[in-house]
Parts: sequence; C-alpha cells; structure tokens
Amino acid sequence: MAARIEIEGDRCIGAAQCVLSADKLFDQDEDGFVVVLNGEPDGEDLEDARTAAMICPSQSITVVED
Amino acid sequence: MSTTEQDAVPFLLRGPGKPFPPPEYVEMRGREGLARAVLPSGAPVWLVTRHEDVRMVLTDRRISSDPTHEGFPRPLKTGGVPSAKEVPGWFVSLDPPEHDRFRKALIPEFTVRRIRELRPAIQDVVDRSIDAMLAKGTDADLVEDFALSVPSLVISMLLGVPPVDRDFFEAKTKVLVTITSTDEERDRASEHLLRYINRLITLRTKRPGDDLLSRLIANGVFSLEELSGVAMLLLIAGHETTANNIALGAVTLLQNPEWIGDDRAVEELLRLHSVADIVALRVAVEDVEVGGQLIQAGEGIVPLMASANHDEKQFACPAHFDPSRSARAHVAFGYGVHQCLGQNLVRVEMELAYRTLFERVPTLRLAVPVEELPFKYDGVLYGLHALPVTW
Repeated sequence: MAARIEIEGDRCIGAAQCVLSADKLFDQDEDGFVVVLNGEPDGEDLEDARTAAMICPSQSITVVED
Repeated sequence: MSTTEQDAVPFLLRGPGKPFPPPEYVEMRGREGLARAVLPSGAPVWLVTRHEDVRMVLTDRRISSDPTHEGFPRPLKTGGVPSAKEVPGWFVSLDPPEHDRFRKALIPEFTVRRIRELRPAIQDVVDRSIDAMLAKGTDADLVEDFALSVPSLVISMLLGVPPVDRDFFEAKTKVLVTITSTDEERDRASEHLLRYINRLITLRTKRPGDDLLSRLIANGVFSLEELSGVAMLLLIAGHETTANNIALGAVTLLQNPEWIGDDRAVEELLRLHSVADIVALRVAVEDVEVGGQLIQAGEGIVPLMASANHDEKQFACPAHFDPSRSARAHVAFGYGVHQCLGQNLVRVEMELAYRTLFERVPTLRLAVPVEELPFKYDGVLYGLHALPVTW
C-alpha cells in the first residue's frame, strides 16, 4: 500500500501546523507557504502525515492511500 | 428538530466558583442539534459545542466573520468586534478573498523558521521579566509581573518599538487588559497606543529597522491607515491571550509538578485552558445545516472553542491534564483561514516562560489556595486577574 501526499497550495494560509507535525515531510517557502519535502511517507512518517492532514486549518493536505 | 426560545441557555455560563469550561457544555454536546442562547441584548444566537461542528463552522464559506452582516453576534460590551470598515486593517473581520491580502503579507513574519530565529530575543525578554520580578522581593503577582510583561515586550520587539519606549508601551497595554481600569482609562490608553503606533510608522518610514513594521512599510501592500490597524490588531490579539495562557498554565504546572520541564505540556495546556472560548463570532450568510440544525441566513453563531477542546469524542478524559496525549487537533487557536497567525510564537513564549521560570525560581508556589484565585468569569477571555505567588 503506497501513500502519497497531495497539496492544494492555493488554499494554504501558512499556519505551519504541518511543519510542527511532520518536519521531515513539510516545510515552508520564503513566503511561508507549504512545501512538500517527501510526498510518499511510510511507517511513522505516514502517521505524522495523517495528523498534518487532519489538523491543517485550511484543509490543503490530503493523504491518498490506495 | 426545532429548538424554541424557551430552551435557551444563558450566553455566559461561567460563574464564580464554577469550573471552566462550564459543565453545561457536556450536556450541550450530547443533545441533538445545537443549543440556543440569548445574548444580553436579547438577540438569539446558536452555540456550537462539538469538535467536528466547530471545525465545520470555521471553514464553511456560507458562514462569515464580517460584523457588517445583519445578525452578527454582539455578546458583551467589551466584546464588540470592529469591522474592517470602522478600523481599516482589522482583517479578522474580513472574509476571503479580501482577508487573504492581509494574511499573506503577514505569514512570512510568523513562519516556524522566523520564530526559531527569534528564540534568543524571546529568551532575553523572559530573563529580564524574571530579573525584575525577583528584584521586588519574595512574592509577586505572576500575572502583572510576568505573564503580561512577556507578550507585551515580545510584541513591542516584533513591531520595532525602540527599547527606550518599551516601558511606556507595556504600561499602556496593561491598562487595556486590567480589570480595575475604568472604561475611560481604557479608552485613553487605547488612544495613546494608536497615536504611538502612528508615530512609530512615521519613524520607520524615515528610518527603517529590522522589524515587522519596517518590512510592511517597505513592501507597500498596506495603506498607512491599514498598517496602524494591523499593528493594533497584532498587539491586542497577542497580549492578553498569551498572558492568560502563561498564567493558567503556571497554576496547572504547579499542581502537576511531575510535568514541569516537559515541553509537551504546552500543547496540552493550550487545549485544556482554551482561553479564547467565545472569541470567534460568526453569522450565516446563507442557510446552512450544522450538527443537524438548520441555521438560517442572518442568524448569529458562536463556536465554543473550550467545548470543542473538551469533546470526549476527540479527547478522552478531557478534563484530565495529560501532556502525553496527542492534543494537536485542538482548536485553541481557532480553525480555518482565521486560525491564529501568531500561534507558533505563543508556543515558544510559553515553552521558554515555563522552562525559565521553574529553573530560576524552583521554590515558586501559590501564595493563596487555588480556589481563592481570582479567575476571569467576566471578560471575553478566560484567565486570571491576578496570580499571587511566593518563593
């Protein structure tokens, strides 16, 4: 089962909750918007990615698992 | 299901001697639909109590933050939210897309990286506040002498208030949030601060520094009027909120000393205390169903953050202080596009405040029993009016 992170970047409000939840997977660019560092998380990283998607205040992050 | 006005609960359920969040929230979360409350003005409003419903209200485009819409809730005398028409730059009162121009210009000032760079300066503010407190003797009011000072000094540093003016700035901001201030004193302090901020904008236009105001002036996104509104908003949004969190958290840590020194406590304290319970006021601009209840266009909505953060379905044993739990889904900073811009700054302020306070004052203890502490039942924010401590 592979998982991948999808981002709707134009929704991002730069609250950085993804960075606080999973700093191996997410970062902020110079303007403060989300950047994905690793879009195919597994193991513990996948748990963190799910948390990031759940708490993102602008609902910009989806973890697709298929 | 319909709810009649006879079922209405009072809007402010807090009271002296009552626990916070109010125990009524438990029953309100369990009932079908939403609870109806009547504001002191007589206007009805919908109270939203469940975690899931609160998050929906704060993200649904049919629900607005703009107080110029008919039916916007006006709960308390001091809780009136100005519109961005009344105070240009007051962008918490704007909906997207108008809101986004302000938020986007400010995001770079509050990134995780930027806040990390500010840590030494915040540590310095915390140290200086503790120096001043210790110099006074062996007891203090931790609210006045520490919890209010830290955020005030941090905000003045961010805005680029010159060090020589910081005492003035701190004294005026304190008047705004002190219970014993009269309305007249508060209005005067607010006027002085606004005048000061306008002078500061003029100064930073001529002599830019390495600060938020100078950068906002340089990038030219805001008018001067908007800039002063933005500066006042940052000041007000970041001051008493942070102070209340620092003070309430200190009490909880003193009662649970096994968690002193564990940085995970910060997130759990934010969830547990939820000081901004009734801050996010909304109005439906179209008919919308929330939690099984039809809300009609023009009806006021108050999502209760403390209730969402104590929703048993989201947080097991919600009244229990347990920093080992995953508290990250809390809505203490709100949710949606208006979620607190300064939240990552607050986290660092709280972390450094506790770590430094308990390291430097290891014998710190309450000077009165916890049940005698003057909790804030009467303000918009929950917190403490004073926190007598000794060491």
